[in-house]
Amino acid sequence: MSQMERTYSDPDINMETAVYWESAKNGKLLVKTCKACGKLHYYPRTICPHCLSSDTDWVEASGKGTIYTYSVMRRTETPYVIAYVTLEEGVTMLSNIVECDVDGVAVGQTVEVVFRDTEGGHSLPVFRPA
Amino acid sequence: MARPTKAYIAGVYEHPTRKAVDKTIPQLHAELAAGALADAGLTKDDVDGFFCDGTGPGLGGISMAEYIGLDLKYTDCTETGGSSYIVHVGHAAQAIADGKCSVALISLAGRPRAEGLKTLGARTYGGPPEAGFEMSYGPAVVNTYAMVAMRHMHEFGTTSEQLAWIKVAASHHAQHNEHAVLRAVVTVEDVVNSPMIADPLHRLDCCVISDGGGALVMVSPEIAKSLGNRSVKVLGQGEAIKHLNAGQVDLTYTAGVTSGRIAFEEANLTPADMDYASIYDSFTITVLITLEDLGFCERGEGGKFVSDGNLISGIGKLPFNTDGGGLCNNHPSNRGSMTKVIEAVRQLRGEAHPAVQVPDCTLALAHGTGGQIGTRSGSATVILGRNDA
Repeated sequence: MSQMERTYSDPDINMETAVYWESAKNGKLLVKTCKACGKLHYYPRTICPHCLSSDTDWVEASGKGTIYTYSVMRRTETPYVIAYVTLEEGVTMLSNIVECDVDGVAVGQTVEVVFRDTEGGHSLPVFRPA
Repeated sequence: MARPTKAYIAGVYEHPTRKAVDKTIPQLHAELAAGALADAGLTKDDVDGFFCDGTGPGLGGISMAEYIGLDLKYTDCTETGGSSYIVHVGHAAQAIADGKCSVALISLAGRPRAEGLKTLGARTYGGPPEAGFEMSYGPAVVNTYAMVAMRHMHEFGTTSEQLAWIKVAASHHAQHNEHAVLRAVVTVEDVVNSPMIADPLHRLDCCVISDGGGALVMVSPEIAKSLGNRSVKVLGQGEAIKHLNAGQVDLTYTAGVTSGRIAFEEANLTPADMDYASIYDSFTITVLITLEDLGFCERGEGGKFVSDGNLISGIGKLPFNTDGGGLCNNHPSNRGSMTKVIEAVRQLRGEAHPAVQVPDCTLALAHGTGGQIGTRSGSATVILGRNDA
């Protein structure tokens, strides 16, 4: 049985992250890369956490990944799956797994990004079984 | 060879309350100070150093020092969540060794139960840079620890029954503690059959919520000598933090790997030397992963190590949390390392409950974790020795 979905709160958005959330509204999941050291990072910063260069740039992720770990939150009105998803590009992000049987989620499962509206009309990347 | 002892723990006090509806937090701090100082045989006017965490009301430690009436030469309010107090033990030892103070009071107080604080819902951070990328996904305390447990099960085959043994051991100890919130002895079946909170953690994999707090009095070697032989030596201490590392996430260990190594090196001792261990137990998984981090067993072997009563005093090889720990006894202010130090001191003084006292307890460890090991957290380890160790 697919889960009912809870309401998503608005993300805390600032001048470093506005592009990420604008792109999400267009169905794009962005991560940050660094032109100086060539490494990706998440969550996105203006300053690279690998080398402290300010020469960072946005890149669009494929949106495909695998579940590194997860938990089903049961003690709440609408149970939901929280998970760390490792993107194909190699960074791992916190997210939710949706459109799934909450009892059928597994570590290592392949997932793909989808977007959900938040209370205030922002767009939040979550994942569903691919 | 061990280094000379920088400082001693001369007094400890655990507040007997578990629900403080009629007390303010400053009042609890003052009651704790009185209790720990009486235990040490010292007075308020002997105190010249004060250590508290970020939950002490007011600006740093200043308002609490004013309320208690302390005249100070030294304060430190380092905040690393529930591991803060073992961080403070290390900082106080160094401050005493440097001559910055000679009698240090470390205090923790809170009343989450009386205030009805929820720990199950999404936490509100307000401000930190990661918040935008986490809060909408509903991270709570329990489901972030649960994700650590889930990964451990996946990588190492750890089972719910193995985790349950940790609660079983804590309950065997708590039955002897008249102040414990949960005194009933439970079985592995009781734990795995209790309601699922956040897979794979059941209700009985979780610690209690309680009010109150604890305090420590640390003193210089000269003062310790003048107070008789109840003081306990601080032989080594280490602290470290861990976070999500720019997206290179590995939840199979905590910063206890580093804090433990530093503490053991300073003490010139190993896990095998420990007669007793106080391990922060916010959840059963916290204990299992910490035992691996500190080197009591190999990575991935924690499940096997904790099984079959191995943590039960008088039965197992490593008696742990003989007061019942956070899992059964007390978890004041949702922060666990203060009570961990207090029970380790009781063991080294031979003042634990007779049913759980480790015979000839000479060397002990106390470890604290703060924040959430599924996201970002602080770890602190202290190695303590009996007065004649």
